[in-house]
Amino acid sequence: MEPSTQKLIHTFGALADLGQEIAGTGDFTEMVRTSMHLLLGTLALRRGAVVECSGPGPLRCVAIWGLSDQALNGFEIDEAEMESFLGGEICELLVRNTSSANVFLGKYRDKLAGEGVELVVPMVVRGEVTGLVLLGGKASGEEFSNDDFETIRAMVRHIGVGIHTHRLLEQLAQRAEENRRLYDELRTIYRDTVRAFAAAIDIKDKYTQGHSERVGRYSEIIARELGWSEEEVEGIQIAGYLHDIGKLIVDRDIINAPYKIDAKNSIELNRHPNAGYEILAPIRHPYADIPFMAKHHHERLDGRGYPDGLTDQQIPMGAKIVSLADSFDAMTTDRPYKRRRSFEDVVIDLRENSGKQFDGKVVAAFARAILKEVKGETRERRITKMLGKSYLEGDQVATLLTDLITDLERDYSRKEAKAQSL
Amino acid sequence: MDTSSGGLVRSHCVGTTAVVYASDYLNKLSGEKIERECRRQLNCGCRALVIDFSDTKLVNSIGISILLGIIDVAEKSGAQIVFSDVNNQTVQLFEMLGLTRHVVLAKDEREAILNLSHFETTTPVVH
Repeated sequence: MEPSTQKLIHTFGALADLGQEIAGTGDFTEMVRTSMHLLLGTLALRRGAVVECSGPGPLRCVAIWGLSDQALNGFEIDEAEMESFLGGEICELLVRNTSSANVFLGKYRDKLAGEGVELVVPMVVRGEVTGLVLLGGKASGEEFSNDDFETIRAMVRHIGVGIHTHRLLEQLAQRAEENRRLYDELRTIYRDTVRAFAAAIDIKDKYTQGHSERVGRYSEIIARELGWSEEEVEGIQIAGYLHDIGKLIVDRDIINAPYKIDAKNSIELNRHPNAGYEILAPIRHPYADIPFMAKHHHERLDGRGYPDGLTDQQIPMGAKIVSLADSFDAMTTDRPYKRRRSFEDVVIDLRENSGKQFDGKVVAAFARAILKEVKGETRERRITKMLGKSYLEGDQVATLLTDLITDLERDYSRKEAKAQSL
Repeated sequence: MDTSSGGLVRSHCVGTTAVVYASDYLNKLSGEKIERECRRQLNCGCRALVIDFSDTKLVNSIGISILLGIIDVAEKSGAQIVFSDVNNQTVQLFEMLGLTRHVVLAKDEREAILNLSHFETTTPVVH
């Protein structure tokens, strides 16, 4: 093979490898180091370094080969020196060229020559010097030819683009991180505001303080048990906090009546889901369907709920969850006209009303979550804390929950089989 | 033997000469392993290096750069370096790029060690 052909093949191979290296998404320093090796190996240069600058100031060495570690210590570049690298012939950048007008070379010529550096090539991308490539002489002892200069120029441009791209990606990553942080802050602010709203709603009802907060937490627990995504779980928690926001327009005396309210007041009280929807609908919530969950949290699977009398499939799943959480909290906290019910009573109620008022799958999920706490399978005991430690004590609690889950799972398996056969 | 990167670099010592075997494709990964092994041998007191290319079919640009680094380190340590059993294509590449100005090429490992015999000292090497 002719030497010139072999040289061409060797150079093409290196350029192909360099392109692959620059386009890779691996470690930045390793990319620069490999690129430098490719350049040195293409022309068999015995030493070299790649230094970067992001403006006037000290040069930062990214890769070095064949030069002492301290070789480039103290090198700085100022604006005029950077400008002197824009344009001009590459032979102007030969260290031994004492007639070169390059300001940087003028300042560091002796030091560079002492280290065996023969050529300083700027990496210029979009009219800006992003760094310098310092090159030693050829192992052959020959002078740099014009072909060598062309090869060096092309490869250095590639390396410069690689560094520039890396910087852009770094800036992009920083901005994305900043945006993520701001978004997290906004979400926290939103959640705190919603919780403050929930507290405000509950203050109106002196008997149900903390109700909205608990409904939010129960809803979150149920959704998590149902395998909802983190985003959806956060959304249902917010819906739980806000489900009774419509009560803000209901007369305080009706809400706080120490007896079962009459039909007229009941109609007034039953306006709150629609009112809640009206309040929440204009707000751009970061989670989907929150207004609908508030609107439909008093719907029943059998169509006897309000405000729209929706049935099973028409009721959003989120509203079914909030509905159960709401009823469960109503049954397990003292109300003005009755004391809270025993856990056994509550389980019987849930069993009886599954398929009528509540979705059996939702009830089963909640029962599973409670059972996990009762059995000590969870690190936190959030439900126990809300209900009070003694409420879930007793040997029969686990049995009640297990039986409830078994019954409900059997029910909805039958229901699904029936639906499939139709 | 260098095993630090998961792969092995075969090497052995003949007196104060270390023989290091290059792999079939001398690129960055294998080149760096060979470089580390050569440095280790020199640090252990070797006075000469033989890099055996009998398995090497191809040497790329990075391989050239790393070999130049090894030559540099050997020269700075005052050690002699010989490349043995290099195939014709790679010999042409080494000649074209000027590597042969800095290393002796030998037909095989035996000839390389023979060439270096005058370099041997009687100081035992501890590995």
